[in-house]
Amino acid sequence: MDAIMTSPVSLSRPAVQRSFWRRHEKTLAPAMFLSPALFAFLLFVVWPILSSVWISFHEWDGLGPKIFIGLDNYRELFSDDKFYVALVNNIKWLILYLLAPVGGLIIALFLNQQMPGMRLIKALFFFPFVISQVVVGVIFSWFYDPNFGLLNVVLNAVGLPSIAPLGDEHMVTYAIIVAGLWPQIAYCMILYLTGLNNVNPELIEAARMDGCKGFPMFWNIILPQLRPATFIAVVVTVIGALRSFDLVAIMTNGGPYDSSTVLGYFMYEQAIFAYRMGYGAAIATVLFLIMDIYIAFFLVSMLRKEAE
Amino acid sequence: MSKFLRFATTAFFAVSLSTTALAGTLVINSDQSDPAPRKGMEALIEKFKKENPDIDVKLNVFDKESYKTSIRTWLSGESPDVVYWYAGERMKFFVDRKLFEDVSDVWAANKGAEAMPSTVGSVTVDGKQYGVPYTYYNWGIYYRKDLFEKAGIQQPPKTWAEFLDACAKLKASGVAPIVIGSKALWPTAGWFDYLNLRVNGMDYHMKLMAGQVPYTDKGVKDVFDKWAELIRPGYFIENHASYTWQESQPLFYQGKGAMYLIGNFITPEFPADVRDKMDFFQFPKIADQPMYEDAPTDTVHIPARAKNKVDAKKFLAFYMRPDVQTELNSVLRQIPTNKDAKPSDDRFLQAGYKMLSAAAGTAQFYDRDTDPSLAQEGMKAFQEFMIIPDRGDEILTRLEARRKQVFKQ
Amino acid sequence: MFPAPIHTKGPFAVISYRVAVIIALVLWLIPLLAIALTSVRSLEDISKGNLWGWPSKFLLIENYSAVFTTTPMAIFLLNSILITVPTVIGAIALAAMAGFALAKYKFRGNILLFAMFIAGNFIPFQILMIPVRDLMIGLGMYDSIGGLVAFHIAFQSGFCTLFMRNFIKALPDALIEAARMEGVSEVNIFFRIILPLVRPALAALAVLIFTFVWNDYFWALILAQTDSVRPVTAGLQSLKGMWVASWQLISAGSIIAALLPVSIFFMMQRHFIAGLTLGATKE
Repeated sequence: MDAIMTSPVSLSRPAVQRSFWRRHEKTLAPAMFLSPALFAFLLFVVWPILSSVWISFHEWDGLGPKIFIGLDNYRELFSDDKFYVALVNNIKWLILYLLAPVGGLIIALFLNQQMPGMRLIKALFFFPFVISQVVVGVIFSWFYDPNFGLLNVVLNAVGLPSIAPLGDEHMVTYAIIVAGLWPQIAYCMILYLTGLNNVNPELIEAARMDGCKGFPMFWNIILPQLRPATFIAVVVTVIGALRSFDLVAIMTNGGPYDSSTVLGYFMYEQAIFAYRMGYGAAIATVLFLIMDIYIAFFLVSMLRKEAE
Repeated sequence: MSKFLRFATTAFFAVSLSTTALAGTLVINSDQSDPAPRKGMEALIEKFKKENPDIDVKLNVFDKESYKTSIRTWLSGESPDVVYWYAGERMKFFVDRKLFEDVSDVWAANKGAEAMPSTVGSVTVDGKQYGVPYTYYNWGIYYRKDLFEKAGIQQPPKTWAEFLDACAKLKASGVAPIVIGSKALWPTAGWFDYLNLRVNGMDYHMKLMAGQVPYTDKGVKDVFDKWAELIRPGYFIENHASYTWQESQPLFYQGKGAMYLIGNFITPEFPADVRDKMDFFQFPKIADQPMYEDAPTDTVHIPARAKNKVDAKKFLAFYMRPDVQTELNSVLRQIPTNKDAKPSDDRFLQAGYKMLSAAAGTAQFYDRDTDPSLAQEGMKAFQEFMIIPDRGDEILTRLEARRKQVFKQ
Repeated sequence: MFPAPIHTKGPFAVISYRVAVIIALVLWLIPLLAIALTSVRSLEDISKGNLWGWPSKFLLIENYSAVFTTTPMAIFLLNSILITVPTVIGAIALAAMAGFALAKYKFRGNILLFAMFIAGNFIPFQILMIPVRDLMIGLGMYDSIGGLVAFHIAFQSGFCTLFMRNFIKALPDALIEAARMEGVSEVNIFFRIILPLVRPALAALAVLIFTFVWNDYFWALILAQTDSVRPVTAGLQSLKGMWVASWQLISAGSIIAALLPVSIFFMMQRHFIAGLTLGATKE
């Protein structure tokens, strides 16, 4: 640090060059540093959001003129059975995805030991998160294949009949969620492993002295200390569940007959395959509004921390 | 003009020339992305280049599914000079929006109407031609002769009663009578098309496609009733919603299923060891209707905003030629539209060719004949019906609501 | 239920723990093991239904070279690299600057801008899809590697800025004040003082963004069309249609698609996890 504080004189400029820039440096510099990211973000993120909302008030096939129809797209959406199928599936995703923090925590507790080779073991457990959802989707489609998938091999081995999870309207969403949980549990596990590293050993010792062990120990001493990890795990899991698209697109395309569709896929399908840009934009807007609840929740707690 | 300006303008022209506007550059966008057809197309383009050494051809090949979306982008913006597309309603959609060039002059100059009598109608709107059809193919029921024999079926069924009887016998002999893979939806539409054509005839079918008949009409219900006669006894393979049409094929080849209603494009996929056991029959007769067929036709068009229409027309004329079509279709293993071109002597193709020549009329295919967004919903409805036939009425009511919306009635 | 260190419980506990960990790991990775095994199987094994047993022969070289010789897999891989590497560099560069501005300067709207970058991270892609696609068409960047790079940089700069801003915020202000007293310009403060100090954060971000962008499927689907632009995720999905029953090739292709992010993860594990768990430990 000292080396930097007594930084070379050459860094400072001669006073002669005190230009406009130099005089306003402290205001201009941050503007300059901010502007590229800000410009990119405004162009490709903020403006498209507003534009999508605007498009949602139109009927547009992506080719001809946009016809303003006010709230008609929303009216149609709220009376569209498919919308409720997608919404209910998103809720299924949301609820079942919350198994990921739980599963991640259990694995993390299981693996939280100091032993030679544990680092590699932990890395291998984390592995599923690093690979693409496309690959995860391929792997699980195969696992579920009614003819030769491992699932039926196992079911038959224990005397149960074969099933076709991806072809059955009652099973399909759950089958896809299981595939999604695999990498998501890995993600949560890593969050908790890091959290466990930072657990205060003195508190644990003190609790042990008081005869605290087993579940009360976990519940009263450990879990509160893992709160930051839990917070992040829950946030990323909820966002992941609402954003679900890749696995649905890869494993079923929303089928059979839309029974596994989610809002993200429903929107994509309406816009790309049915050429209904306005309707698609309306679905996207609804999804966006739902997610805003969680985004606001995250923002508030993040900024509150900031204020402290 | 300042030096800089001059430099800038020169540079600008140099850039624009090198990308698009160079006279003699012909930009072709194709969706023939499967390896074999792609190779065939490329060979033909070489041939075209040899005959027209002054034209520099640039071929862009796209994946079939995304092509359907992105063609809209090109046609209304930076247009290529030639696009591959489909005849019938699919073409008319762009013609109505004035995005395809009228090429009646190319037809007239090359006596197209006489050379391609069976398909000229599929590219004609209000008496004008908007593209060139270069290939089409038949649909029909491909079946395993050995399994038929084993089940005691003497000859391929010609009527609905015989068909049901054959299904029952096949099922009794321990094979699934009908193979289908409905995961990608469209194979279900083959069944709907044929049942509708056989039960209600071509006029009715086309009216339904054009949105002029409600899906809750008695005619459509009759079609579903006939369909249910196959679904309820379990004549279709189990779990068909888990397979694409490709994934379902092994069941056919392994002898677990006996029949497959599909396009002629399946025949190159037959493995050598079962090829001889395969044969083909026309979809059986149901009501008193002439025999209509599905015969999807593929086409080439010139976008209205193309830059090099002169050379594009040369290319379209080239695609009309019998020798070119013979060569092209031998690669595609499909049927040339030009009657002077020779379809390959493959027995399946010959049978299909014969059947189409005798057809009382042809349809393009469900997802080419009706509005694309309705087609998507329709095919999902068929898939659902094939899994849960009890929902038939409910499914049709839902589909009818969509029709009303799409066709604004 | 906070497990005590296992080695305090004697050798038997240690051994049984080891065994349990190995069994759990194998169960956890069964899907991956299966796909790895299948990628070296013969087609006969697959059509005979020998999918979960030991392969009758190992066709490692044959299958993997078939993927490269019969499909554009090499191009897909190259595209993925051409998309991912510039995105990583661009997003990090933009975010380091923006993060610095948000962390160390007080101006009106600072928190608001910060909140905007955070919120941008979590929005559903679908709300951007139609306008971004149209924008790319308008800019002539649709179906080009440049278009994908531009979008990914813009989008990832949200997360990266959040990350960099928090990291830089934690650096002592005294450092910057001292430099200012010395007359060091603001630009030089960034380049000579801040940048060297945030190297670990840059490394963590680089690995993380690399994985995110490499694994992106949605935008590849929306913004890429031709094989010469498609990255390996979208490429693999389009090859699935071509290979259908050739599971040995699909598996080999999947392994190839996963190889680079996985090896980078193993090489830079510490950075990766540091990036991912940012905020998970600190209040």
